[in-house]
Order: sequence, then C-alpha cells, then structure tokens
Amino acid sequence: MSKIMDLQGIKSSVIEIKDLKTWFPIQRGILSKTAGYVRAVDGISLTIGRGEIVGLVGESGCGKSTLGRTIVGLEKAWKGTVFFQGQNLFTLNRRDRRQVTRKLQIIFQDPLSSLNPRMNVFDIVTEGLVEFGMIEGNRDDHAKRLLNEAGLEGDVIFRYPHEFSGGQRQRINIARAISMRPDFIVCDEPVSALDVSVQAQVINLLIDLRDTHNLSYLFISHDLSVVSSIANRVAVMYLGILAEYGSTVDVIDHPMHPYTIALISAVPVPGRDKKKRIVLEGETPSPSAPPPGCRFHTRCPEVMKVCRVKVPSMTRSGTRQVWCHLY
Amino acid sequence: MQRNLLEIKDLNVTFTTDEGTFNAVENVSFHVGRGEIVGLVGESGCGKSVTALSILRLIPSPPGRIERGNIFFKGKDLLKMSFGDMRRFRGRAISMIFQEPVAALSPLHRIGQQMKEVLILHKKISKEKAKQISIEWLEKVKIPDAKEKMVAYPHQLSGGMQQRVMIAMALMLDPDLIIADEPTTALDVTVQAQVFELILEMKQKHTSILLITHDMGVIWEMCDRVLVMYAARIAEEANRNDIFSNPAHPYTQGLLKSIPKLSTDGKRLKTINGHVPSPTNYPSGCHFRDRCPFAFDRCREEEPPLFDIAKEHMAACFLIQQRELLNKSGE
Repeated sequence: MSKIMDLQGIKSSVIEIKDLKTWFPIQRGILSKTAGYVRAVDGISLTIGRGEIVGLVGESGCGKSTLGRTIVGLEKAWKGTVFFQGQNLFTLNRRDRRQVTRKLQIIFQDPLSSLNPRMNVFDIVTEGLVEFGMIEGNRDDHAKRLLNEAGLEGDVIFRYPHEFSGGQRQRINIARAISMRPDFIVCDEPVSALDVSVQAQVINLLIDLRDTHNLSYLFISHDLSVVSSIANRVAVMYLGILAEYGSTVDVIDHPMHPYTIALISAVPVPGRDKKKRIVLEGETPSPSAPPPGCRFHTRCPEVMKVCRVKVPSMTRSGTRQVWCHLY
Repeated sequence: MQRNLLEIKDLNVTFTTDEGTFNAVENVSFHVGRGEIVGLVGESGCGKSVTALSILRLIPSPPGRIERGNIFFKGKDLLKMSFGDMRRFRGRAISMIFQEPVAALSPLHRIGQQMKEVLILHKKISKEKAKQISIEWLEKVKIPDAKEKMVAYPHQLSGGMQQRVMIAMALMLDPDLIIADEPTTALDVTVQAQVFELILEMKQKHTSILLITHDMGVIWEMCDRVLVMYAARIAEEANRNDIFSNPAHPYTQGLLKSIPKLSTDGKRLKTINGHVPSPTNYPSGCHFRDRCPFAFDRCREEEPPLFDIAKEHMAACFLIQQRELLNKSGE
C-alpha cells in the first residue's frame, strides 16, 4: 500500500472524534472541592480512515496520550463523542461495549511494565482469546501463529517477560494487541523506549501488520522523525487542541502553523544546516489555565494583536486544516 | 605538541553481579581537546555512561571496579589521585550534567540553597556573594524571575527549567571540562534547542564538552568529533563529517541507515538484525559479529583492534584491514 494515500479515497472512517474534551478536576481541601480543571484534551475533532495511520505529535503534557487513552476508554471523556465504525462509544451498554472495545487496542511505551511479570508469553497472548472464545484450533498453535506474526520464534511461548530484550517485549505486546483481531490500535510512543538499532524493526513490523490486516493506527509520538516514517497523516497538538492536521507530506515538508514550523526546525537532522533552527522562548503554559486567544501566542514568533484575544478558527488549505490567524 | 585536556588510555571497567563479572568498558582510549565537543554515542548498556562516570570516579564500587587504564586530565592521572584531591576536582575542574535533573537535584532543598552551597564550598566566598552569583547564573540560563526561583523547590519547576538549573550549577564554577550525559533526552525538542544554544555558548568560552547521547541528530548538531561505542568497546572514531559521509564500521553504517529521518519519501526503513547483546553474554571476537552482515571467520576468533582509515578516523573492523590489503595488492 502506498504510504501517501489519496485522502479523498478514504471512504469508511474507523474512528471519528467529535469535539472531544477530557478534563481532570483539580481537587483542593478536605472537602475535595473542585478548584479548577486540567484541560488535557480540550475540543479535538478528527477522523481516522480504514487502513490509515494518523501520527499525533506534540510536546510532553500537550494531551496526546490522554486523547489516545480516552478513545480506547481508559479515561472518561468530559464532553464530545467518539464514533467507532459509526457507533457512539460513550452511549453503548456494557455488553455491547465489551464486544466493541475488543476491536480497539492499545500498545504502550514501556514494554515491560505493560506485561504481567508473572504470566508467561503463552498466557499473555492467549488470555484475551480465551476470554472471548476466539481460539482457533489448538491454543498452542494459535499462540505460536500470533508470535510468528509479530516476528518472534514460536518456541519462546513458555518464557517470561523479563527474559526478553526491549524490542522483543514490544513484539509480545503487539502480538497480544493483534490477537483480538482489532480494527484500530492506539500506539502510544511504541518505540520511544527501545534501542535505536531496533526501533526500525518495530516500525516496519507495525507497517506490515497494517498492510496485512488493514488496521488503522493512532500513532502517538514526540519524535517527528519516527512519525514521518510511518504516518499517512499528521496531527500536531498543542495544549489540548490541534494546531495543524494534514497529510504527512504537507505537514512535515510544508508546515504552515508557526508551532509546527518551530517543532520541525528543532529536530536535529543529520546533514541539515543547524542555523535554520528556530528556538522558541519560554515554557508551555499550564493546561489548567490556557492563555486566552490562540494558545500558542505566548511563544509564537509571529504573534499579532488579534492572537491575544481571538481564538483562531480552522482554515482549510487543500486537505490540510490549520488553526492560525495568519491564514 | 599541545597536550590534550583529557586523555583516556586503555580504560577497563568491570561490574560484578549475581550472574558473574562482566566488562562494562573494554580497552577504551580517546582524548578531548580544549574547546572541543566530543560526542560519545551508543545504545543503552554500551558503556558510555560508565565511561563518563569513571572520569569523575563516580562508579559505585562494589559492584563496579576500574580494572586498568589511565585517565589523564591536564597531565595528571585522575585514577591515582587521592580521594580528597578528587573531591576538589569534581565540580570545579570537571562538572557533570545528568540526564535526569530530578534525580540530581535534592528535592528537600531550595534551588538557591543548592547553588549557594556549591559556590561557598568550592570558591570560599560569602553567602551574599554566592547569592548574587547564583541569581546571575539563573538569569544567564534564561530562567524567568530568577530571584523568585531561588526560593523554589525543584518540583516546582518544569523539566526544562530543572535542566537549566543543573546547567547553571555545572557552569558557575567555570570548569575546564563538562561531561553531559544525555542532557536533553528527557526534554522536548523545543527545550532541547534552548539547551543546545547554552552548550554552544560554553564552547565559545573554550570549555571542553564530552557529550553522551544515543541520538545521531544531536551528534550532527553539536559535536566536532564522535566516538561510536558498541557493547563496551569503541567501534569507530571520526570527525563529525566523516562519521556521516563515510562511516566505516558496519555498526555505524547500519545505525545511520536505520534511524528514522525527518522525511516523507515513504521508503521502508533499513534495519540491523537482532538485538543488542546483554553484557553478560557478549559474543567472542568482535561484539557486533552476530548482527553484522559482513562477518567472517576471523571476526569470531579475534577482537578487532582500531585500524586507521584516515586522519582522525579509526574503526575496529577487520574489513578495513582487508580493504587496505586489497588496495595495496592492486597498486
């Protein structure tokens, strides 16, 4: 499958997020009075098509992991909806939810802490299958098939997580995620904890699995280089909202939002002239008290008067969306 | 000949654990010149941090032990220095910036207190003067409201600001050498860019920097010369341009090909087979041979020494010797 997909060609969406907000109350005092909210995700809308990989980038604390966790139901949404294949995930009854969420999986950053140290690989990858009655044929064979698909030898099934290297552990996590035959996987920094020389192996594995199973990913990463090598589209997040969303070529090669431009210029790339680096001054403001107007205006090198008072609306440029008063 | 500021010769460090004794650093030799930024790049567990900690003699012993070698700093062997002399060296002549500022700063003391303590101890100056210098340095590393931040505890600052406090502390004694162990790995790229600016400013003042990282992009941006470490040994040493344009060791070549680049050409990433061996389980001969696409019999039997390729360019691989022999026979 070509990496750059015809965006108009995506007919069926797998995930549709509409104005999603995930707020966490800040509680103070012995009566736990709510003193305010951390607006981790503060109004995000985006659609992920079948077979598509959407990269979600942003700095620590921008809410990208919270967005991923909210989609798979690990955080409770404050407002907004998430549709999975047309079904509203937040209004499902318990039984339907169980069946539907099986098809939504997540892979975490730390491959060791996301595996139970007391379970062997065999139990880890087949636990869900047993729970849902999905074993095909022999349980041993099914486990081995899954491990082979994730690039591990079948003979490791009775070993424990601590006996593997980081890359192999992440392969076990991937085998467990695909065992549920999901349609959509949130990959939350899946290669960030791995050695540089094994990152590429895991990225290639994720691309292969997407191709063979027509999976869709929300690929969360702080590393723009990693995202640019896997994603079809890239969403840039800043303080709980989107700054820019478009095809990988548009966003990485021709960024429009000043934040995206600064972010890309700050990535150290071998062979690139370092004089072109834009150094942003100051710090990211707190998500419990985001600045008025454009949230990026406190650090934006192109700030105008209007940015301090008015929230920028979305502008379309081709298939790209950008939230900035410059356009 | 001008003597190098730091000269490490044949350093060997071992660690003893329940699983036995293993080599964390094997026969490592290199130098850092004045005003030079030398990068030490490698994957987790390759021995790069152990090398750095050995320079300051901060290896916890036991389990660690510096078995052999010399570390000459301004001509003096640090490994032969008395404990008291070493203490005076640390911080003043050589200082260190750690990856995790949270772990390096005391959570119980205010920022200002920690900074003043260092100054008073090393420079023997009054409290007032120390306070004044601390504030100046916080301003130099661009911490807003420096005076107010003096009374803040580390947890009240963001990760980027904590790292800048660490950098201010490392710089304020005006050391000759700064060892920066993954100084920006825990930081966002935009904050990383700010820290880079600071480090390059130090270089302007002829401070030497040993920069430890796993990120080839950081090496490109910051370093004059690069040492590539793999599984306790130096695999390759070269100046920055040569390492990127003309890598000689198969590991360096594979690493450069496999790192994701900021590009949208849609090409599949090249990979290095297998995974990094555990230190208790290094293969015989060349440590990279299990993953090397060019390995032959000799790689199993002998440890390859560093072969010269060009000026300031060496790699520990038998292929280089073979190539040289081929070239000679062709002449």
